[in-house]
Amino acid sequence: MSALRVCVEGVGLWSPQLGNFAALQALLCGTAPPPPPARPAAATLPPNERRRAPESVLLAVEVAGQAVAMSGHDAATLACVFASSHGDQATTDYMCRTLAQAPAELSPTRFHNSVHNAPAGYWTIATGCHAPSTAVAAQHASFGAGLLEAVTLALSDQRPVLLVCSDTAGSGPLRKVTGCTQSFGCALLLSPTPGEATLARLALSLTPLHVATPLPEPLARWSNTNASAAALPLLALLAGGLGCCELRAAATLGLHIELENIA
Amino acid sequence: MPIMTPLAITAYTATTALGCGLDAQLDALRHARSGLRPNDFGNGALPCWIGRVDGVEDSALAADHATWDCRNNRLAWLGLQQDDFLAKVRVARERYGADRIALILGTSTASIGATEEAYRRLDATGDFAQDPRHPEVHAPHSLAAFVTAALSLEGPCMTVSTACSSSAKVFASAERMLRLGLIDAAVVGGVDTLCDSVLFGFNALELVSAEPCRPFDATRNGISIGEAAGFALLERADIAPEAPRLLGYGEASDAHHMSTPHPQGLGAELALRDALARAGLAAEQVDYINLHGTASLKNDEVEAALIERTFPAGTRASSTKGFTGHTLGAAGIVEAAIALLAIEHGFIPGNLGGSAPDPVCGPQFAWRNEQRRVDVALSNSFGFGGNNACLVFARSGFSA
Repeated sequence: MSALRVCVEGVGLWSPQLGNFAALQALLCGTAPPPPPARPAAATLPPNERRRAPESVLLAVEVAGQAVAMSGHDAATLACVFASSHGDQATTDYMCRTLAQAPAELSPTRFHNSVHNAPAGYWTIATGCHAPSTAVAAQHASFGAGLLEAVTLALSDQRPVLLVCSDTAGSGPLRKVTGCTQSFGCALLLSPTPGEATLARLALSLTPLHVATPLPEPLARWSNTNASAAALPLLALLAGGLGCCELRAAATLGLHIELENIA
Repeated sequence: MPIMTPLAITAYTATTALGCGLDAQLDALRHARSGLRPNDFGNGALPCWIGRVDGVEDSALAADHATWDCRNNRLAWLGLQQDDFLAKVRVARERYGADRIALILGTSTASIGATEEAYRRLDATGDFAQDPRHPEVHAPHSLAAFVTAALSLEGPCMTVSTACSSSAKVFASAERMLRLGLIDAAVVGGVDTLCDSVLFGFNALELVSAEPCRPFDATRNGISIGEAAGFALLERADIAPEAPRLLGYGEASDAHHMSTPHPQGLGAELALRDALARAGLAAEQVDYINLHGTASLKNDEVEAALIERTFPAGTRASSTKGFTGHTLGAAGIVEAAIALLAIEHGFIPGNLGGSAPDPVCGPQFAWRNEQRRVDVALSNSFGFGGNNACLVFARSGFSA
């Protein structure tokens, strides 16, 4: 198999320490960026939806909005892939707690917010997007599997694709099981062809065994606090400019990524 | 939109309330026998009808997969054992290698039933009680992680969870990986089991009928929830000249509402047009459409209008949810299997439960079983969040 090549035209990032991709770049250059507000702004959502939406939606919409704005693409036409290892953990905790105690009192709104594709639904509604949208999961390989889905979609249909990968912090007894202790979300705008907004080109190939890419602190510590933070090696690579990294694409499958100079 | 290179479906299977495997599906469909029963799941507190699969509780996993044990994975294992599916995957694994076969499965709730159960018996400190099971049972990827272990596959492995379109969209993801040469074959499918989350959740939305569901009936009043497992093996067409074909697929978003379809069925129509364009077909060439047809007031109204304005009177259309119930994330693969049975057996299942047809339904509706050649069959799947998918299947040798 020859490598799959796509261009990155936008990057979104949000965690309690990093409010956007520029904050990661600053951190890697030795400047401590100021932490973002406690709640992602998710400015793409209309105010009434922003009030109603669960945290997983705010996080996904925030990073999606950042990546699309950086790319200059029209969100309404973008196919999108939303990956998450656990979905909205606060909603799952609420659902399971209510079902154990008073099932007939389950909130209809929180039920429809519990679907794994809630961020994809809110995003396409807010942006008037009729393009294909999907929601995927692959446990700790969710970012790698989502990236593979987004890249194959971009290349087979020759269209730009928005990839979002995000997980909220765990709630209730579920927190110990999922091991997510803080939120992390990121987004990439991937295009099959280079354009004015192209930041870098990625060459991706599958490898039989996953070898973890070492990360500097504090990224290494953060990467253990959230399943979606498995994206950090690639984000650090994009912030730095050149090199390669390896991500998990499935339990026994690696995704080798070279950052190519397009100049 | 360039025309897609058709793929071969070299094996498929379905297990629903109608029974285990394709013969059981076909027999019940031919005899117009519904699999729905009064709710006897869990504490059975909700007065509704369900499509429950018999034998799930007895379908114990192999000892080396015991850490994946839960009702959803038991149904997956039961489903995998039908129609020689395991043997056919083994042949593909030997031909291509385990790392050249993708596993892409759809599910809406995966094994959330196991998480619900853990919350019913928390320990004194409010944490999950001691449990020998894998913590990943409490995550959406539980199903695909178990099945990839059960099938000894080592290729790309992904869960698609877009509510009720999940296991239709898996065909699209697999086709893209095959087209780009990442893999040589893909196991696709989906499993969803009955659980309190969906029974009480859809009940809270006032979408559950107290009676067996009646898709496209003028007096329909809601869905009946079911459970199912289904799988298909996709390979390049040249490997299997006689196998039925995946000709195309379409995907689109409503951009309208989280739990109500677009009033004019915009996303559904875009998915349908995308699917026909990829297949290189005109609407007139479609013989049968297995409809989403949930028996919810809105879905059926919008979908019937779409069929009426798009297809000629000779195209036949029906929902089979009166047989199986709405199997949610498994509906896509179950109804793909029924569309493939229609092609294989020249048989159009009647729209069970529609005894007083809604006047919005056109002449395309097959209210009773029909015996007739089917070369091209479509399957519609629409999910919450306005997520729409449409699949196109054809007889081998069919040419547009």
